[in-house]
Amino acid sequence: MTLLTVRDLRVGFGRDPRANEVVKGVSFTLGAGKTLAIVGESGSGKSVTALSVNRLVDFGGGRITGGSIVLERGDGSRLDMTTADEATLTHVRGRDVGMIFQEPMTSLNPVHTIGAQIEEAFRLNRGLTGEAATRAAREALERVRIPDAAQRLKYYPHQLSGGMRQRVMIAMVLASNPRLLIADEPTTALDVTVQAQIMALLAELREELGMAMIFITHDIGLVAGIADEIMVMQHGVAVEQGSLDAVLDNPQHDYTRHLLNAVPHFTFGNTVRDDGTRNGQPPIVTVDNLAVRFPVTRGLFRRRTGAVHAVDGVDFDLVPGETLAIVGESGSGKSTTARAILGLVQATRGRIDAKSGRSGRPVQMVFQDPYASLNPRLNVEGLLAEPAIAAGQRVDAKLRERMVTLLERVGLSRDALTRYPHQFSGGQRQRLCIARALMLNPDVVVLDEAVSALDVSVQARVLDLLIDLQREFGLAYLFISHDMAVVERIAHRIAVMYAGQIVEIGKAAAVLATPQHSYTRRLIAAVPAVARRRQRFTVDATQVPSLVRPVGYEPPPAQWREAGDDHRVRVEETA
Amino acid sequence: MNYVTQRLLTFPLILLGVSVIVFVAIRMVPGDAITAMLGTEAGLLTPAQRQALAEYFGIDQPIYIQYWRWLTGLFEGNLGISSIYGRPVLAVILERFPLTLELALLSMVIALAVGIPAGVFAATRNERASDLAVRLFAMIGQSTPNFVFALLIIYVLSVYFGYVPAMGTFTPLFVDPLANLSQLIFPALTLGLAFAASVTRISRSAMLDVLSDDYVRTARSKGAPARSVVWHHALPNALIPVVTLSGVEFGYLLGGAVIVEEIFALPGIGRLVLDAINQRDYALVQGTVLFIAFNFLIVNLIVDLAYAALDPRIRLGNR
Amino acid sequence: MMGLIRAIARHPSGRIGAAIVLIYIVAALLAAAGLTPHDPLQQFRIDRLKGPNGTYWMGTDLLGRDTMSRLMLGIGQSFTIAFSSVALATLAGTIIGLVAAWWGHLWDGVLMRIMDVLLAFPAILLAMLIVAIAGTGTWTSIAAIAIVYTPIFARVVRGPALSLKQRDFVDAARTFGSSQGFILTRHLLLNLVAPLTVQVTLALAWALLTEAGLSFLGLGTQPPAPSLGVMLSESKNLMTQAPWLMLFPGLAIMLGILGFNLFGDALRDILDPKTQGRAA
Repeated sequence: MTLLTVRDLRVGFGRDPRANEVVKGVSFTLGAGKTLAIVGESGSGKSVTALSVNRLVDFGGGRITGGSIVLERGDGSRLDMTTADEATLTHVRGRDVGMIFQEPMTSLNPVHTIGAQIEEAFRLNRGLTGEAATRAAREALERVRIPDAAQRLKYYPHQLSGGMRQRVMIAMVLASNPRLLIADEPTTALDVTVQAQIMALLAELREELGMAMIFITHDIGLVAGIADEIMVMQHGVAVEQGSLDAVLDNPQHDYTRHLLNAVPHFTFGNTVRDDGTRNGQPPIVTVDNLAVRFPVTRGLFRRRTGAVHAVDGVDFDLVPGETLAIVGESGSGKSTTARAILGLVQATRGRIDAKSGRSGRPVQMVFQDPYASLNPRLNVEGLLAEPAIAAGQRVDAKLRERMVTLLERVGLSRDALTRYPHQFSGGQRQRLCIARALMLNPDVVVLDEAVSALDVSVQARVLDLLIDLQREFGLAYLFISHDMAVVERIAHRIAVMYAGQIVEIGKAAAVLATPQHSYTRRLIAAVPAVARRRQRFTVDATQVPSLVRPVGYEPPPAQWREAGDDHRVRVEETA
Repeated sequence: MNYVTQRLLTFPLILLGVSVIVFVAIRMVPGDAITAMLGTEAGLLTPAQRQALAEYFGIDQPIYIQYWRWLTGLFEGNLGISSIYGRPVLAVILERFPLTLELALLSMVIALAVGIPAGVFAATRNERASDLAVRLFAMIGQSTPNFVFALLIIYVLSVYFGYVPAMGTFTPLFVDPLANLSQLIFPALTLGLAFAASVTRISRSAMLDVLSDDYVRTARSKGAPARSVVWHHALPNALIPVVTLSGVEFGYLLGGAVIVEEIFALPGIGRLVLDAINQRDYALVQGTVLFIAFNFLIVNLIVDLAYAALDPRIRLGNR
Repeated sequence: MMGLIRAIARHPSGRIGAAIVLIYIVAALLAAAGLTPHDPLQQFRIDRLKGPNGTYWMGTDLLGRDTMSRLMLGIGQSFTIAFSSVALATLAGTIIGLVAAWWGHLWDGVLMRIMDVLLAFPAILLAMLIVAIAGTGTWTSIAAIAIVYTPIFARVVRGPALSLKQRDFVDAARTFGSSQGFILTRHLLLNLVAPLTVQVTLALAWALLTEAGLSFLGLGTQPPAPSLGVMLSESKNLMTQAPWLMLFPGLAIMLGILGFNLFGDALRDILDPKTQGRAA
């Protein structure tokens, strides 16, 4: 039974949509109750394809320039969405086709309570009002496992976490019991353990309600757990489509092979680097009992009522030539640790020793967002000159020669010098940031989520570059990331952070293959992987503990146990 | 700290600053304080009378003591005596204020009733001919000084309709509503339409921003009809800049539309300031300026509270 | 720079706005060089209250002075005051806004509260108050209008400066050990040029308006020197006999303000990163 048939779909933007096509002839069919995953990187046209199905693309400036989208409606009639009028479409949206989006933070209306927003969905699609609507909304919230649902109905979106908001979005979709759910990167903005919860919930509901799903993602590993069929898109064309196993096991197109092989995928410690160099050299950076706390104040006179213990009692060291990855989810304190090492936040306590090695500033940093970390009004020469000017050097022919050398080393050409940041792609900008960090010949580079904002295939190339540079210049990296697959590629050692503390640290292979701490295990269990086919995640709603502590609170001293050669685990309190 | 308490706390601080400026400003007028206070009549005084007056008003005291006395006087409603009218400044101001208040309210009603729908309409017709027409009118409206507009209205009324708006004395609303309205409608149109132009522009651009927000897309995805998307989902989020602008403009209107009151010969607060300045009635200048700034700050405070009412993120803070 | 000029020439309202502003500047320069059709102060007694004709293109006033010549000189006067006062306000407001944003805490609190105090007075009222204290004159008008618009520039600079301060490239600069002066000029000020340019253009429109208002009320430029506000004020009682006396200065003020507003809007479209992103 075919629910949706898309034939030769073409979508364009701008004044002349035919000349600016983003989707160039895509066809697929979707059976009732089946899940199709559309996989591609940014600019592949995957989101535009999905938004065309319920014609929301019209409101983003897009025009369907050709093809047909035939949907079988609840009453058995067939409707071509490309020619339907807006009044019909309003009925189809919500009732037949539900949708959840990438950004749960911005997808709910900030001025209405979540209760009102869910009730509206029930009113529009089921005609429920008053008490009945409220009751239905409460049940929907309970269905998506939001505790204390009756109370939460009165909350505004900003009072909920990202994961909660995405569950509210799902509750809203449930209102209409749609035959088709379009999920546009619904977990990309979420932490990996929260992602697992949402994926589990979606799988559960799909089976229970028998709805079909179009699941859009850039992460081919993620779809292994949920899809029946896969369509791989690149530059507005479907380069490969087929059943899950066929595409994953026997990819036909080069691009699919690239996505499966060149892009970092998590393999449980099987592909860690084997060029580890820890053989008794003195560390270049030593961090001892580092704590960063931010005061919490209340009332008129800003009385201190407590402190956010963002980082609490962190120790590690870093030897020349090695990569220590700090992994953790948002709020774990991993970025604060990095910023404290650079002096961007004041450490409340503890020592950070960085030996001055080859230059006066042995530690340099590369930031997450390559768009925000380059001043848009300076050209590349001005950008690269800044560290040298700060170090008191003159901008002369010799310095320019060094700029050109570094540019060429990171894969950019000499004529980049006179160009401005907006003339480069995200990946190229991150290369510029790396070149800039190397201008003063540092010993250590702190990479704070340095590849997280990049497309997966760009990610792979920048990681390779980083490894080459590390070998060539003998750099030590402190690599901050939430992405286990990326970490597996680059780390020699891994420190896992949770709620401001390191809970496990040691050799990469040991930590990833035989995780000891319960959090590390939970984290690794949540990471999607191509190898985990049709795996069912469990709906685990463990909440991160609050980091706000009363004034004067000191955490008990950490107890550690050795779990093997260079593998230490924090002893957990048995509660 | 809570947003609302923070606003409530800054309010008296700014008010204090305003009082210092007003006080110091008048003391900076060239010539001695008696002249500054009594204006031209001071020339008739004998030195002994001057001395007595100086003692009486306390201006032989150091400046901070004078300020303190003046400030404490303010709390008792004592703004001094107007030399033009020979009556307490506060009484003169309160006599003039109803007209200004009514004019300001009328203008704002016109502005919001015209501006918000026009702005919303233009935003939903983005870049189509009707949008361009609304924008053109708004641009012209915003660029026409209200004295040019006022003169134009008077000219058209008198030349083409042989109608001269009643000028001079003001008929209060409750005495004769019709006479009152016929007197105020043209000044209110002058002020209101210019004000509407800015409201249109700002509501259009705020709506355009909001209409591309993710939650508007969410509303559409769940099948909300276009009207509900615009008025229920988008508009409440677009109102904050509109409220800001309206508050500022209304606050300034409460200070009297000096020029429009002058042209239409309406005895409001604006005319009062102008007369006070022209006739060097410094007690009156001081009093009216303070009164106007006070009104403005009150309106601003209300606007700040309106933000909290409009946006739960401001009202409740971040978690 | 050439790119900016081309972009303005392509922008429909930018083109019109720029043309109006240019025409006004040329008229003001001609008047300053004494190249007006007639002597703007000379009273042609026999030609009093003549309507527009071949000799006097825009007619004459009650004293027989040529309206067009006076208009040209008046535009020069208004523009001098507007440009000088906006230049002063930009300078003062930028410094105040930067200091408040960069040093924060007490600086921010004190400086911005002072700006709030100034903003509590309606523009025209504050200008009137300053003129009342300092007496009328070109310099007083310039100072008064500059003081009135300084707080707006302080706010326009402080907001973006605060967000720039949080940007990663400022953090990056700190990790290199760049000096405060370097960060303030290269990273903050350089990125503020675009919003400031827009604001300067719009402020010129307000300054023209305020100057005309002050003169209209007799608190700005003093007769017999012509200014747009003075001419309009003088026309008030003659509007039925000599509507041209009202029409030309009124139109001149309106078009001047319209010119700067259109120009400013176009600059905002062109320079605003948000709309830039949309176009790209």
